[in-house]
Amino acid sequence: MKKRALASSKTSAMPKTASPINSAVEKVNGWHILSAMLENKPGVLFRVTNLFRARNFNIESITVGLTEQPDLSRMTITLISDERTLDQLIKQLRKLIDVVEVKVLDAEKTVYRELALIKMKAEDPTTRMEITNFASIFRANILDIGKETITVELTGTPDKIDAFKNLVDHFGIAQLARTGVSALPRGREQ
Amino acid sequence: MVEMIGAKALIQALEKEGVDIVFGLPGGANLPIYDALVEAKFRHILVRHEQSAAHMADGYARIKRKAGVCFATSGPGATNLITGIATAYADSSPMIAVTGQVPTAMIGKDAFQETDIIGVANPCTKYAFQPRSPIEVPETVKKAFYIAESGRPGPVLIDIPKDVQQGSADMCFPEFIKVRGYSPVIDADLSQLGRAVEILYNAERPIIMAGGGVILSGAFSELQALAEILMAPVVTTFKGKGSFPENHPLAMGPIGMHGHAEANKMILEADCILAVGARFSDRSVGRYDEFGRGMNIIHMDVDPAEIGKNKSVDVAVVGDVKSSLRTLVKMLSKVSVRRDENTPWLKRRKELIDHYAETIKDYARDLTSRKALKKLREILPANSIVTTEVGQCQMWASLHFDVISPGTFFSSTGLGTMGFGFPASIGAKAAKSDVHVVDIAGDASFNMTENSLAVSVLDQLPVIVFLMNNYMLGMVAQWQRTFYNRRYMGVHQHSCPDYAKIAQAYGAQGIKAQSLSELELAVRAALKSEIATVIDITIDPEEDVYPFVVPGTGLKDMITGS
Repeated sequence: MKKRALASSKTSAMPKTASPINSAVEKVNGWHILSAMLENKPGVLFRVTNLFRARNFNIESITVGLTEQPDLSRMTITLISDERTLDQLIKQLRKLIDVVEVKVLDAEKTVYRELALIKMKAEDPTTRMEITNFASIFRANILDIGKETITVELTGTPDKIDAFKNLVDHFGIAQLARTGVSALPRGREQ
Repeated sequence: MVEMIGAKALIQALEKEGVDIVFGLPGGANLPIYDALVEAKFRHILVRHEQSAAHMADGYARIKRKAGVCFATSGPGATNLITGIATAYADSSPMIAVTGQVPTAMIGKDAFQETDIIGVANPCTKYAFQPRSPIEVPETVKKAFYIAESGRPGPVLIDIPKDVQQGSADMCFPEFIKVRGYSPVIDADLSQLGRAVEILYNAERPIIMAGGGVILSGAFSELQALAEILMAPVVTTFKGKGSFPENHPLAMGPIGMHGHAEANKMILEADCILAVGARFSDRSVGRYDEFGRGMNIIHMDVDPAEIGKNKSVDVAVVGDVKSSLRTLVKMLSKVSVRRDENTPWLKRRKELIDHYAETIKDYARDLTSRKALKKLREILPANSIVTTEVGQCQMWASLHFDVISPGTFFSSTGLGTMGFGFPASIGAKAAKSDVHVVDIAGDASFNMTENSLAVSVLDQLPVIVFLMNNYMLGMVAQWQRTFYNRRYMGVHQHSCPDYAKIAQAYGAQGIKAQSLSELELAVRAALKSEIATVIDITIDPEEDVYPFVVPGTGLKDMITGS
């Protein structure tokens, strides 16, 4: 399991001046949430993902979907990186003509959620009971019960999903699908 | 609004952008464009290979400082352009590449001569458009020019499916265009400029490192004014060669892997580096971690993404370097008077130049690359345009050919594309026909695009190919000598072809020069000639390029070869 360290409180990763990158702080890896508004047209997703590949950026998750504006889509990116890499990623994203806006979201002033579908092996009644109990504690929904498996739907922060996954791991996870994080700033935060 | 077909709209939109020449080659998927070209008000130059079309457009752009235009058909035509497009991208040269594409209904069916050129071009263009209906064509062209020429310039591809070329619509040609998500910074932040002034004012050993950005923004007089206020020596990157007159008392020439020894040494001794429109490439600075250690680095660039990409800096000034330099000069002239010419720092400059002048190794032969290039400089008018091929010839040009008139030198510096120089020199001639244009060439590199001789002759774009012929892929051979114990592999060109005869076969002038006096006669004949001239100059295959900063080492580890 990867441990996530919450990124230090910040609203923008673009320092006004280039900062002393050699300082120890910048070498520390943190977990970051980026929110980007993109032109909603063909080929844009390719341009963004190709940039990550071409410039060697390691991304943890990407989600993309429609927004309140029909001609824009919102991409939420999470990654674990040091400040310097984050700074470069933001600058390279901003350089893309189809990227209208990029922001680093402060995890403490942000609502963020991920959805997971988890299919577990559950052939005997005790296991089924246990999984149902865990699901209810985690406010997960049971979507499907078959003779051999149970599938639950769980929404939460990535940590919560990790916790549930760890809890049920020993039953045997048959299949797992996670959506990646979607995020919006809280309240009046932009 | 006027009804017309997409191809016609393309030609008219190009005319509205002031295009006076395009370089291209027709094929099945761009026939409607070529049909519309019959009535075009601009010139079309038929190339013999699409790669050369892109290089010609690039050479044109570097001299005109506006986008060069090239045309190719779909599939192989388009992919042949890619090397030229990638070359322009690596050197931030504005270009519009227009490719034909199979009809929209056929896209994705692996049709004949279909390539996903948008996908291919994505990593080496600033943007790639594919209009899906004729009505989009005028606006697409307007956007393409705006993107290619503004901010940090670069190539833009427009891929037009054949049905979009053929279909008609009521066309509206916009005068102005906005591109959401694209807003290049022009004027730099004054507080950052203030910090730069403070550092420069207090620096005892300031040095200016001028890059290609100075040439792209035409900031020659501003750079010179700044250097003279600070009395700071000026080194350049290779791309920045010719951004500052190399006969100026503050000039030190290019730094880098094959930079001038005194320049490489001088920058290590500075206490403040002002990098103007430079991107700290590995070829220029050697090891990122060593370069500039313990010095104040001020970085001026139009592209925010360059700040901190290769090198962390103390002050970043993002904006057009011409405008930033102008403000910097204004601010500095308020606080400081022109400095003394006899500072210990400037004495050190003189000392280093004298020291390394003595160590220059010139082979005993009558004709060496150094002697040849010094002779060329002696004869060639200062306003002549000079470009190069890639390899030893290019580095010799960097070392031994001084650029006197700013903005008259360019080369494929970022991508290092062999075959670039000759077609690019033809493009440069098309941009500025009243000056001499010389391609400082090597045999292997010239061989790659020599068929552009047909273009040079037929379209009356005469250039001089100064071919330093060592019958080798010389730079590769040098590396095999240095790092692989002379185990030569794949480097011998032998004496094939005979370049003077090749030139003659195309109807150009071909002259062999085997001594310095023959060389002088040949150059003088070429300068008088109204057709292209290839001067085939015999160079010793054992001649190396020095100084040499071996990859993975720093500038301090430079080998001078003496």
